[in-house]
Amino acid sequence: MEKELRLMKGNEAVAEAAIRAGTDGYFGYPITPQTEIIEYLMEAKPWETTGMIVLQAESEIAAINMVYGGAGCGKKVMTTSSSPGISLKQEGITYIAGAELPCLIVNVVRGGPGLGTIQPAQSDYFQSTKGGGHGDYHLIVLAPASVQEMADFVGLGFDLAFKYRNPVLMLSDGAIGQMMEKVYLSPQKERSKVVPEWATTGKPPTRERNIITSLELDPNAQERFNQKLVAKYNEIREKEVRYEELQCEDAEYLMVAYGTSARVCQKAMQLLREQGIKAGLLRPITLFPFPSKRINELADKVKGILSVEMSAGQMVEDVLLSVNGKVTVKHFGRMGGIVTTPEEVVDNLKSNIIGG
Amino acid sequence: MAEVTGIKEIIKPENLVYKKTKIMTDNILSYCPGCGHGTAHRILAEIIDEEGLQSDTIGVSPVGCSVFLYHYLDVDIQEAAHGRAPAVATAIKRLLPDKFVFTYQGDGDLAAIGTAETIHACNRGENILIIFINNGIYGMTGGQMAPTTLAGMKSSTSPYGRDVKIMGYPLKMTDIVATLPGTYYVTRQSVHTPANVKKTKKAMRKAVQYQKLNKGTCFIEIVSNCPSGWKMTPTQSNKWMEENMFPFFPLGDLKTPEEKSV
Amino acid sequence: MAKIRGSIVVSIDKCKGCEVCMVSCPTGTIAMAKEVNSKGYNYAFPANPELCIGCANCAMVCPDGVITVYKTKI
Repeated sequence: MEKELRLMKGNEAVAEAAIRAGTDGYFGYPITPQTEIIEYLMEAKPWETTGMIVLQAESEIAAINMVYGGAGCGKKVMTTSSSPGISLKQEGITYIAGAELPCLIVNVVRGGPGLGTIQPAQSDYFQSTKGGGHGDYHLIVLAPASVQEMADFVGLGFDLAFKYRNPVLMLSDGAIGQMMEKVYLSPQKERSKVVPEWATTGKPPTRERNIITSLELDPNAQERFNQKLVAKYNEIREKEVRYEELQCEDAEYLMVAYGTSARVCQKAMQLLREQGIKAGLLRPITLFPFPSKRINELADKVKGILSVEMSAGQMVEDVLLSVNGKVTVKHFGRMGGIVTTPEEVVDNLKSNIIGG
Repeated sequence: MAEVTGIKEIIKPENLVYKKTKIMTDNILSYCPGCGHGTAHRILAEIIDEEGLQSDTIGVSPVGCSVFLYHYLDVDIQEAAHGRAPAVATAIKRLLPDKFVFTYQGDGDLAAIGTAETIHACNRGENILIIFINNGIYGMTGGQMAPTTLAGMKSSTSPYGRDVKIMGYPLKMTDIVATLPGTYYVTRQSVHTPANVKKTKKAMRKAVQYQKLNKGTCFIEIVSNCPSGWKMTPTQSNKWMEENMFPFFPLGDLKTPEEKSV
Repeated sequence: MAKIRGSIVVSIDKCKGCEVCMVSCPTGTIAMAKEVNSKGYNYAFPANPELCIGCANCAMVCPDGVITVYKTKI
């Protein structure tokens, strides 16, 4: 099928991809740096073409609860926000996970904590992969590193969400959300008419009533449910790991980075190679499930690992766990909304990993 | 199941006057003796039955005593986070506009944590029915003060009586939403006497029919009792409700379509 | 002259003894039993069945829906 080539901002690409993926509903609220998503959707008026609902909710809390309602009906629904708004959504997200509902959430990360800054950061890794909301659950986390991936991961996200009846989070950042790049857009997919058998759509005489809930007061039943979730996440860990390797075959030093940091490291790798240092890059595409196995394998071949992340050091903990003591792992990254430069990465790898 | 009956000769199918609707499941209600929740559930269930809406109904249950609404009404139901039911219902109705969608909420759910969701759903004129059970107290968590607790009324977090200087005044949510152009039918009823049960049922039937017109939110407040929270017997609590709650939360229509069209 | 006579059926173990039906009964048919049901509640029952007119007030206000009502002309 023919793909359409456009030059778009990351945020716009998400919006356009959402329409083309046959999304049933988008519920959002303005917050920098992702407000273009809802603005684009409102201007595109997809309710006139595909019937997609687009609603500006009164808050991020209302928006995520609208997603819950739509997901409970078996519909393809999504919301987008940025760090402070994603914090607001945590209650709704844990309810969605607890009710085993499919949906897509996009976080275009900005610097925190608190109101923070509007510039890009990668300081929501813990929030995204280790919980965020209460209870034992996980989100499938997809980390785009380009405008193309921001578009592609909408469809992928929904596929995974419905496959596992689990919320999926696309963890982007303000740089990718705002940058303009070429993007190949998939053709319009028809909105699905399939009604999942668990969805609340009105109880016909042919089945029992469907109840969407995360409440269970019987501890034994609740434990069985928790175990069911554990089994689900183990299956996801086994089957859905995604990553990209660049020049790792002969690498003596490994960089691990996602999103914008991965792009920076790609340039840093080029600069290092020019200086005769054999650097490689592993770019996780899924942050949950994390490519622990692959990093563990690479740890046998390299002399040191630099985890690069625009944060105080969050993903580095998962790298350390994956490496399990085999080799040195250090973190480097700018904070406050500042994007690390390739030269800084080169200097840091040389002084901390090779030198240190 | 053990039964006790009146005159046996009269008990014949052709003489049946009233039987519990099949839309109410056979589960024993978890509510305290005499609590208005059970009556309110049953009236709603009867309307769903009589209007033939079982296969077209999607309800949203709250957090509060009635969190287990889905054990008692045999319709598709989503359990919402505390206060969020109007947002959940908004999405359901917009995505499935031909269904009958209702929320069923208590005073903490609707008037404390869910105030924003309540006001904005009504402001957008979402074509849903919001049922608001107001008993001036938080039942499920053991009898704490609610936004609708009356001035001077005792609760476990206002043991000396609600002091309006510190805790603010009781909130009249129904009056507030009636001022919003998005609401179509707003009324306040009760379910503690047969006459009031009939009026509430009439109000619910209207709300169900109005929803098909897509003209805005229908909002039914049911002023109810909480014998456990108020520390009274059920019949005492109904009397106390008449003498104290009704003067502050008067029963009747606050907004009707006939008025609106004027 | 035809007289309306009613008869109620109370599901004993579902009754919580709240007495709201008794208060709503216009003829004094209903009273609370001296015995308790399996939950320990004094359940409602038609103590004066001949007074019942089948108005269904009791069933309408019963929060637990434990009453079924019949009536006929005699």
